Amino acid sequence: MAEAKLRQALDVVAIRSEFPVLDREAHPGVPLIYLDSAATSQKPRPVIEAMSRFYEQTNANIHRGVHRLAEEATAAFEDARAEVARFIGAPSSRTIVFTRNTTEAINLVARSWGGANLKQGDVVVLTEMEHHSNLVPWQMLAAERGLRLEFIPVTPEGRLDLAGLPQLLGLRPRLVALAHMSNMLGTINPVAEIAEQAHQAGALVLIDAAQSVPHMAVDVGRLEADFLAFSAHKMCGPTGIGVLYAREDLLEAMPPFLGGGDMIKRVELRSFVANEIPYKFEAGTPAIAEAIGLREAIRFLDRVGLDSVHTHEQHLATHAIDRLEEVPGVKVYGPPAEERGGVVAFTLEGIHPHDIAQLLDSEGVAVRAGHHCAMPVHQKFGIPASTRASFYLYNTLGEVDRLVEGLYRVKSRFA
Amino acid sequence: MDDLYREQIIDHYKSPRKRGTLDPHDYSYEDDNPLCGDRIRIDVRVDGQDRITEAAFSGTGCAISQASADLLMESVVGRSLDEVKALSKDDILEMLGIELGPVRLKCALLSLKVLKAGVYGIESLEQELA
Repeated sequence: MAEAKLRQALDVVAIRSEFPVLDREAHPGVPLIYLDSAATSQKPRPVIEAMSRFYEQTNANIHRGVHRLAEEATAAFEDARAEVARFIGAPSSRTIVFTRNTTEAINLVARSWGGANLKQGDVVVLTEMEHHSNLVPWQMLAAERGLRLEFIPVTPEGRLDLAGLPQLLGLRPRLVALAHMSNMLGTINPVAEIAEQAHQAGALVLIDAAQSVPHMAVDVGRLEADFLAFSAHKMCGPTGIGVLYAREDLLEAMPPFLGGGDMIKRVELRSFVANEIPYKFEAGTPAIAEAIGLREAIRFLDRVGLDSVHTHEQHLATHAIDRLEEVPGVKVYGPPAEERGGVVAFTLEGIHPHDIAQLLDSEGVAVRAGHHCAMPVHQKFGIPASTRASFYLYNTLGEVDRLVEGLYRVKSRFA
Repeated sequence: MDDLYREQIIDHYKSPRKRGTLDPHDYSYEDDNPLCGDRIRIDVRVDGQDRITEAAFSGTGCAISQASADLLMESVVGRSLDEVKALSKDDILEMLGIELGPVRLKCALLSLKVLKAGVYGIESLEQELA
């Protein structure tokens, strides 16, 4: 793949050739149109091959082995950590904790930092557009500790309503935790601006970057993030590995999360001494091949260029919104395309999202139907569920057209 | 397009015969499938021999869940409550005339679950139907 070629305006044909699964048919004779990348992205060949190569040529457990394979595996694993740090502008590898996914990363913060620092009556500010993974961990802790949860509201246009933010921050919250990009509305939130105000009010800021890191350049320093979480599998990498970035001084002060091997310096029968960061938070054998897959995914995205990816997805979102809104009975949720990423959720009057998704599937179009793990924001818009098309670097305007043509046929089936 | 959306299912979805509520009723129950937001309420009247004389459903959901509710309501009128208790997953699938994957099966079985829970208070129906 010629680097220069990919950087210019995204050569989607070249990019698609890197994703083996895109060659398959959804059903016999029906090409696959994959519009569900917000759930999980497809994987390019370099990622798949890097993981296979690890298992074929290197496989060993990391950190304590002194033999050749263990040393190679450890070096690759730690190099993946360094690659992640560089990718998100983190000051050091020590600030990068590998977790299973975004959800586990947020739970780690809730259990470890929250467990050590939050007490009855403390305020945590969230938003109405959060994924369940940034709601439930705080609800669980709130129930145990008597925390007070407050929410930045969502406007009818699908933006965060920041008019009341000074008032919320006047409650002196300990933490503001919010999504960088909504997985339902597609809204890209002004997290840097919110973080600045939150810090002035003395709160820490956690950013759920599951939907942003795969699709746009994210820099933890520029965003002023104290904690930032994301998953490899939404960014061309494998399932089973995610990342928590946290400020070094916070990690140093936080107690361990899970206990076991690797997170300790020494163990006696009745006590242990925790390892240094970030290992203190990584109990047990981690997802080693997956870390190597993630490293390769980052290199792949770097070659393509995240700015081009973001521009491409906004083209797709613009086209999708324009075409969907031509379809009688369709309502699109969320802000204008220029304020969002490549996620477009909609409803079609009189036809349930599950029926839409199932009928589209018969045409090879893979979309998601349901509440997308964001029930509260659906309630906010008075709908139990929606159909969501989500795009990535390998999608084309033609695929968006196929989605819309499919919707017309869904309508005629129910007419 | 998909075989699931046979004429009969679309017809029962768009023109349900048994949509509504019964007031008074002898049994009424409501439940939902939180995964997809489908919600069904079922009202039933019985005679002195516990035989169903009238049945109606209300609620919202996908074509599969709504059509299966409508077909089920049609089929239980005239049956005894014991016969209702004996209805199984296979009876519903036979009524719909389609095969369903695990996700959509939940949609198809919601009305039977609600009916049985209403009539017998069976909470562990998912086990029974598994």
